[in-house]
Amino acid sequence: MTGLPTALTQVIGLSGGALDTLMPMHVWADDHGRIVQAGPTVLKMIARAIVSGEGLFDLIDIRRPARVTTVPDLLQHTGRKLAVALSSAPDLPLRGTVTGLQGGAGIILNLSLGLSFVRAVAEFGLTLNDFSPSDQTVELLYLHEANQSAARLSRHLTERLENARRAAEEQALTDTLTGLSNRRAMDMELARLLAEPNEDFGLLHLDLDFFKQVNDTLGHAAGDHVLGHVASALKGELRRADMAARVGGDEFVLLVRDCDDAARLCGIADRLIRQIEAPIRFDGQPCRISASVGIAMTAAYDPRPTADRLLNDADIALYAAKHAGRGRHMTHAELAPEARPDRRGTDLADNVV
Amino acid sequence: MHGLVNRALQGFVVTTYGRASWDEVRSQAGLPYADFEAMMRYDDVHTLHAFNAACHVLHKHPNALLEDIGTYLVTDVELEPLRRLLRFGGTTFLDFLHSLEELAERGRIAMPDLELPIMSLEEEDRASFRLRARWSLPGIGPILLGGLRAMADDYGALVFLRLSGIDGRDECLHIQLLDTQHSEGRRFDLGGAAP
Repeated sequence: MTGLPTALTQVIGLSGGALDTLMPMHVWADDHGRIVQAGPTVLKMIARAIVSGEGLFDLIDIRRPARVTTVPDLLQHTGRKLAVALSSAPDLPLRGTVTGLQGGAGIILNLSLGLSFVRAVAEFGLTLNDFSPSDQTVELLYLHEANQSAARLSRHLTERLENARRAAEEQALTDTLTGLSNRRAMDMELARLLAEPNEDFGLLHLDLDFFKQVNDTLGHAAGDHVLGHVASALKGELRRADMAARVGGDEFVLLVRDCDDAARLCGIADRLIRQIEAPIRFDGQPCRISASVGIAMTAAYDPRPTADRLLNDADIALYAAKHAGRGRHMTHAELAPEARPDRRGTDLADNVV
Repeated sequence: MHGLVNRALQGFVVTTYGRASWDEVRSQAGLPYADFEAMMRYDDVHTLHAFNAACHVLHKHPNALLEDIGTYLVTDVELEPLRRLLRFGGTTFLDFLHSLEELAERGRIAMPDLELPIMSLEEEDRASFRLRARWSLPGIGPILLGGLRAMADDYGALVFLRLSGIDGRDECLHIQLLDTQHSEGRRFDLGGAAP
């Protein structure tokens, strides 16, 4: 307390100490705006003592309402919410409310941390003791910390779910767009079939022709529609034990089991190409595509080929089919040795335009 | 039971005895998942099975295990946010003891479906107290014994604590406050939460 006339104590009926307890963030000023006393938390926040005769408006900046620079101005706003800040901490907005005292005893401006409480508590190093027990600021801080912990737990849960989803996707065996098997499932099935010494099977590598044009001119939805149509054609042509897989954007691999007959594989390829060439309508627009097929079969090899060899040979045959004019099939066995360039590592689309 | 409670049991076993011990607990309890998830709810049966399996795997008396879990909740470095929330209870250990009556309500503000024990503190004389705690599962007494001992240490207070029986649905603790400023205790900065 600085220079407090006894008469003022009698006017409000409370000692300065009682004010400190009830309102640790109060500032009491006389009618001329000179500070009489400031509560202990305010002193902690300005980190110094009040100088005798120090002006209220030097210590505290009243921001809203605007143009409040005298005690009478301030009293115009008795009981309302004031936006204020300490001049020594202009970037921490505080709240205040003012009331006039009777008999020329001045005014009391009571402050609170308002919405900046988290920063303010940290910046001013406030403790539990700096708040009146009836002030809910500490409870707000508690809630703020509890919320942060809960948010952290939720975030961990979301991350774990996301990781689990990714792991599940990596283990998935189905192409989500067409419902056919995916590349991973095809690789596994191919390895499994090759490991069975008595299993002769055919491998058809099918690549759509003019698919890019459909995508480019009619949009991806049309492209997806076409892929779905192709997938049903493949499913319709195969038996339960066979496998059709989508191994790339518009590339498919078929594994036809129990087959050492090239003519039968060619028949399957022919029928598929014809079905795929039939116009598909999307949004009233016809989508015309075709397909080229390269064929390899285990019966043509001795010893048994590796998976890479079989895939590569089917790919070479596919390349030859594209080269021969598309919309047709080719078996690896029917290619002359010189027409079997090793295409490993080159991109089909780059070579056949 | 709230996932946080189940997670506390798992966290204690993993931190103190290692992942392999938890896997053993999980397998003995027949839990169908690798981890309890903090933000889920579980049937109480899962909690009890996991706890019984933990006693068995770790060769511990149930009360000793519960007490250790109580200590773990306050002292484990990973659970510093929880220690901080508890320290909001008051400036001194005595204030903190009185704040236990508010704990269930505080827990509800933090997480509406978290059912914390309902507690009441009876003052026998200026330095002796009887704490009554009621919870949906048995065993809150020994958990509090470990937790309060650790909190006393945190505040730097010297206390004597013992279980003092079960009264109806309440588990009781006797608390003798010997010295409120026995040691420095650990720091608590109100504005010092990790960002």
